[in-house]
Formats: sequence, C-alpha cells, structure tokens
Amino acid sequence: MHVTQDFSHYVRTAAEGIKHIDLAVEGVHCAGCMAKIERGLSAIPDVTLARVNLTDRRVALEWKAGTLDPAGVIDRLEELGYKAYPFETESAEVAEVAESRFLLRCLGVAAFATMNVMMLSIPVWSGNVSDMLPEQRDFFHWLSALIALPAAAYAGQPFFRSAWRALSNKTTNMDVPISIGVCLALGMSVVETIHHAEHAYFDAAIMLLTFLLVGRFLDQNMRRRTRAVAGNLAALKAETAAKFVGPDEIAQVPVAAIHPGDIVLLRPGERCAVDGTVIEGRSEIDQSLITGETLYVTAEQGTPVYAGSMNISGTLRVRVSAASEATLLAEITRLLDNALAARSRYMQLADRASRLYAPVVHATALITVLGWVIAGAGWHDAIVTGVAVLIITCPCALGLAIPTVQTVASGAMFKSGVLLNSGDAIERLAEADHVIFDKTGTLTLPNLEVTNAADIPVDIFELAGRLALSSHHPVAAAVAQAAGARSPIVGAVEETGQGVRASVDGTEIRLGRPSFCGAEALVADVTRLDPEASVVAFSKGSARFILSVRQGLRPDAQAVIAALKARNIGIEILSGDREPAVRAAAHALDIPEWRAGVTPADKIARIEELKRRGAKVLMVGDGMNDAPSLAAAHVSMSPISAAHLSQATADLVFLGRPLAPVVAAIDSAHKALQLMRQNLWLAIGYNVLAVPVAISGVVTPLIAAAAMSGSSILVMINSLRARRASREIA
Amino acid sequence: MEILVILVPLALMLGGAGLVAFLWSLKSGQYDDLDGAAWRAIADDEPPQEASAKR
Repeated sequence: MHVTQDFSHYVRTAAEGIKHIDLAVEGVHCAGCMAKIERGLSAIPDVTLARVNLTDRRVALEWKAGTLDPAGVIDRLEELGYKAYPFETESAEVAEVAESRFLLRCLGVAAFATMNVMMLSIPVWSGNVSDMLPEQRDFFHWLSALIALPAAAYAGQPFFRSAWRALSNKTTNMDVPISIGVCLALGMSVVETIHHAEHAYFDAAIMLLTFLLVGRFLDQNMRRRTRAVAGNLAALKAETAAKFVGPDEIAQVPVAAIHPGDIVLLRPGERCAVDGTVIEGRSEIDQSLITGETLYVTAEQGTPVYAGSMNISGTLRVRVSAASEATLLAEITRLLDNALAARSRYMQLADRASRLYAPVVHATALITVLGWVIAGAGWHDAIVTGVAVLIITCPCALGLAIPTVQTVASGAMFKSGVLLNSGDAIERLAEADHVIFDKTGTLTLPNLEVTNAADIPVDIFELAGRLALSSHHPVAAAVAQAAGARSPIVGAVEETGQGVRASVDGTEIRLGRPSFCGAEALVADVTRLDPEASVVAFSKGSARFILSVRQGLRPDAQAVIAALKARNIGIEILSGDREPAVRAAAHALDIPEWRAGVTPADKIARIEELKRRGAKVLMVGDGMNDAPSLAAAHVSMSPISAAHLSQATADLVFLGRPLAPVVAAIDSAHKALQLMRQNLWLAIGYNVLAVPVAISGVVTPLIAAAAMSGSSILVMINSLRARRASREIA
Repeated sequence: MEILVILVPLALMLGGAGLVAFLWSLKSGQYDDLDGAAWRAIADDEPPQEASAKR
C-alpha cells in the first residue's frame, strides 16, 4: 500500500498561477534560522516566496502552481533541521489580527494628533503668561480643534462602540466614563474657543485617548501572540489520519480534511485523531488520555473509539462519525458549556475597579458644578470646573494599570514555558488556594518508561532496545528509548499482537508478550513489586527477562508538591484511573487526599463542593475527560501533551517534561497581582491628590496634561517590575 | 508673526506625512513580524530572493 501525504486542504491560491501555504515551524528562534530556512527553501526551483515570520514562528511559502508538492517542502525543512507542519489560521485568530491592526491605526492617529495639538498648546500656555494676542490664541485653538476633533472621532471608536454596546445593554463599563469624559472635554473646548477663552482642553482629551489606546493595544497584543503560538503548537502536534481514498489506497491527510463517513486506517502505535466506530480489525487501545484509565481496552467491530486514544496491537479500520454523535464528546461538550457559562460571571479586577470608579467620579463632577453654583459662581465657570474634574480623573492610569502588568507578566511566563490563554487568568491564578491534579499525563508523564532497567544486564537491555526499534508498539518504543537504541536489528519480524523476533549470531531473540517469549513464570515476581506496571518479556536463547513498563512520575513532581505545600496550598488527586494506580502515585507524592475512578461529572461535583466551601480551585489536567472540570475550576492548567480540547479550555498551557512551571506560574501570578493592585492604588492616589486641585477650579490644561502623563508613566514603569519578578524564578 | 502662516501648515504637513507613512507601513504588513525585522536589518547576506534572481 502506498501512502501519500496530502496537504491540498491547506494550499490556497495567492495570485494567478501562484499557490500559497502557511507552515508552522518548530525551533526557529534567531536570525540564523531565518536565513537558513529562507535560503534553503528559495533554492528549490519554482519557489517564488519563502518568508519566515520570527514573531509567530511561521513560514509563508509561494510557488508556481502545479510544480511543487508541499509535502516535499516539509521534507526539505526536515533536512534543514526544522519540524514543520501546514497550518490553517483559525477564524478567531484572523479576527484578532484585524482588531490588532485597527487598534494600532487608532493609536497612530491619536499619537499624531496629540503631538500636533501639544505643539500648538505649548505656545498658548507660554503666550497666556506673556504677550500672546487673543486672535493668535484663537487661531491656535481653532487649529487644535481641526486636528483633535476628527482624530478623536476616529481613534475613539474602540471606546465609543464599547460604551454604546454597554449602554444599550443597560450596563456600564470602563468605556462609558471614558467616552463621556472625552466628549464633554471636546464639546466644552469648542464652546470655550468660540467664546475666545484662555483655555481649551483639546490636548488633554486627545492625550487621554492615546494613553488608553496604548493600554488597549498591549492587552490585545498579548492575547494575539499567545494564541498564534498556541495555534502553532496545535498544528505541530501534526494530527493526521490515514484516510482511504480508494478501496485499497490510503493517504495521510490532516484531520481538518476528514469528514464524517470517511474511513480511516489506524495502525499499531498510532494515536487516533478522530471519533468513530471500528468496522474491521481487532486490537487493544489505550484510552488514558480520554478516561484516565491506564489499562488497555479491547477494540473490535462496533467499538467506539475517540480522538486521543492510542492503538496498541492490531490494525483497525474506523468509520468516522460526526463529533456530535459521539456520546463521550457530546457529554463532555454539554458539561463544558455549563461550566464555561458559570465562569463567565468572574469579574476582572479592572472591571471591579471601574464599577466603583464611574459613579464616584461622575458624582464628584456633579457636586463640583452644583457646589460652585451655590457658592455664587456663574453656570459657565461651574461647568468648566466640573469638566476639568472629569478630565483630570479620567481613568488613563487606571486603563493602563492592568494591561501593562498582564503584558509584561505574560511575556515573562512565556519565557519560562507557560502560555496564557486569557489575560484575567493571572488574577485568577493568584487567588488559587487549592490544587486538584489529574494523575495520568499530568502527575505522570504521558509516555511509558522502563522502571526495572537497573535489574537487567546492560548488553541484554541494549539488544532488547535494538529489537524494539522494529516494532510500532508504544511499549516497545519505551524500551527502545530507555536503552538509547539507534540501529535496528536486520531481519526483525513483527508478529501482530505478540511481539518482535530476530536472529542474532544464530540465537533467536524475542521481545513481546510473556507467552511469546515463554516467560510467564517470571511475571509474578515483577507484578508483585509493582502491581500497576505493564510487563514485556525478552528472551535470548534460553535466557528470559521481564521488563516492567509504566508511566513514570514527572521528574520534579515531588519537589513541586512540596513547594505547593510550602505555599499553604491544598492538594488533591482526582483521577479516572484505577484505584491501585492512583493510590501508588498519591503515596509516592505524599498526598493524603485522592480519589480514583471518577467521571467528568464527579470531578465537577467535587470542584463545586470545594467552591461552596470558599476554596479557589486550580485544576491541572490533560485528558479529554478533564476538559469540563478545567472549565469549571476557578483557573486551570494543561501540559502541552494534553488532548486538544483540554488545551483549548485551560487558562494556561505549560511546555516540557517538568511540572515546575505550575509553581513558577503561581509565583509570577502572585507578583503580577500585587503589581496590579499597586498600580490601582497609584492611580487612586493620583486622583486623591488631583481631584481637590480640580475641584478648586485652578486646573489649566497644562496641569491636566502633566498630571495625566505623570501618572500613566509611573504606572507603566511600575509594571515593568513584573519582568524582574519572573526572572528570579526562572 | 506672519511666519506662523507658513510654519504651522508646514509642521502639520510634516506630521501628516508621518501619519500617512505609518498607515502605509501598517497596511503593507511591516508590523507583522517585529522580531524578524530587527534581525533582518543586521543580516549581512543579500535577501535570498534577489540572490536567486541574479543567478
């Protein structure tokens, strides 16, 4: 059977006769990589464009239609030393890129206007204390209006729209006071200009918009970048399936190109990428990623299989079912929706602050107006003072307080191997006081490891490892990796469901089931020591050995648990796996609270119970069965090896084998939350100082501009400390 | 003070030109890969496309 790689799903037409594909590439991090890839790919005939994007770690490739197979390009990249995979930009990502560009355009317009209005304002301020003629002042004011009004109309769109949406839903948000403040300031400035007044507030209004746009852009950009990299990682997991394109012909196609009703081939050692039903074949499957159960399940005709399960021994033909028909996925999706709906009630720190902020500021402004009127000032002077209060209290430091910290902290976390899915995850993570771990794939590594290698003679182990290279079986792969085997044994034969055998120097060697190697008698000794391990036998002539294989704990699991305990955080294990397996892990890690064999609904029930007791739960899990509880928990983390659904649901995703990023993330979140609070207090402190000055009616645009920029810059500098905090951990 | 009639429009035009340049560079995707652009500036080789065209 001939297997072809079919990536046509990802190829699109860029121009007449030019085809385009986007590739996610792993391991590109410097100018050298960039030049190497671009030169290497451009050397291929008919390639018209090869351009590396170092920010997103992607390659855009264009070639003359019909001359090139993208699979060949991927092989070429492999030769250059980079793993690549075709990539389709998700619609959410496209929308975020467009949004990001719009914000940057608004920021550009606002910054241009601010600079020019400032240029006109400084002569007015200095002219007011010296010899400026009223006509000249009016001319400068009118010019300022000419610049500021259209610029504010354009650059203020993100705020005006959001404020309008909030008002039409009969709620308020941070953008309502911003919009009111900006519009009033501009309106009053026009009135003042008409009346030849000394002061106009165009500069203050437009500068306010600029600072707020900086915060909005940083906030948006952080999420966009994380999403782009997370998208790459998802693509690089290369979820493909062998689809039957003819009765006896298969092609390796991306999962995105598979539809319900298609028939796919699932070979031993392959992870299933789709949901479906077995129509032919018999095998054992490992569903640990889906259910948490580490023992293998038998699959035969009619057995449903789910994305994420690993086929162990036989070849299966699977008919793909619609995802919605798959009972497990449907159940999980339903739980997931409920959990997400429950969590959307969480209020971000900034929202909570602004909910208090808006009424206080508006009330202060109103009281100022009324106070001045009662005190005998004219309506005009009273209103001018009221508007000055609105301008000087306008939340530009408040608008920067949270996003700047989030951006810096997420950049620092990114460097220590943690990706953020949402900005408010930092706040929620910092509040977590109880951690629930899933066992399989979270506390333990998703891959198998040989535990009794020390008991086996080195040369025998090496031989077993080399023989194991000839098998697809995941247990064999673990043996091969543990032995560090490189060169397979020539002439090795794999017997489906049994094992591999070969002949070396006239002696037969076998690796596989104990019965296949005639080693049943030895099994009991190994399983007595470690009841949950899987065993694989190796025989050489008459010598027999048993290798014990199991999922090992993550290398630093013990240290991480100890570190969490030291931080006074409650810990428990909730696993779908069997009791002996969970008990062993809980015992090894010294975690007294654990439960085995729990269903997704049970996990949610437990989280709800803890919530009622007032605990803020951090859920760490990787299986598809964990997805609903990841969503239900206060905050959640997944390892990068997790099932796609879990990764998409988790607030944070961590990379690599160690569990340490969990602690590192908690620590940087604490530091970041502390900085956010400091920033809010700075912003409030500034208001406490500035408001009395504004109420007293002596605020000129000069004072407003100085106060506003001063407080904003102070907040931004303070936020940069989040970077230093995380560096200490890393 | 008549000089203002020349200088103010001149300043605004220069600023406006800067804004137009910014919007153009944004539209042509020059802010899509800031990390890469920083390195491209100091790469000593010719861009690969031009190099292959010359051959």
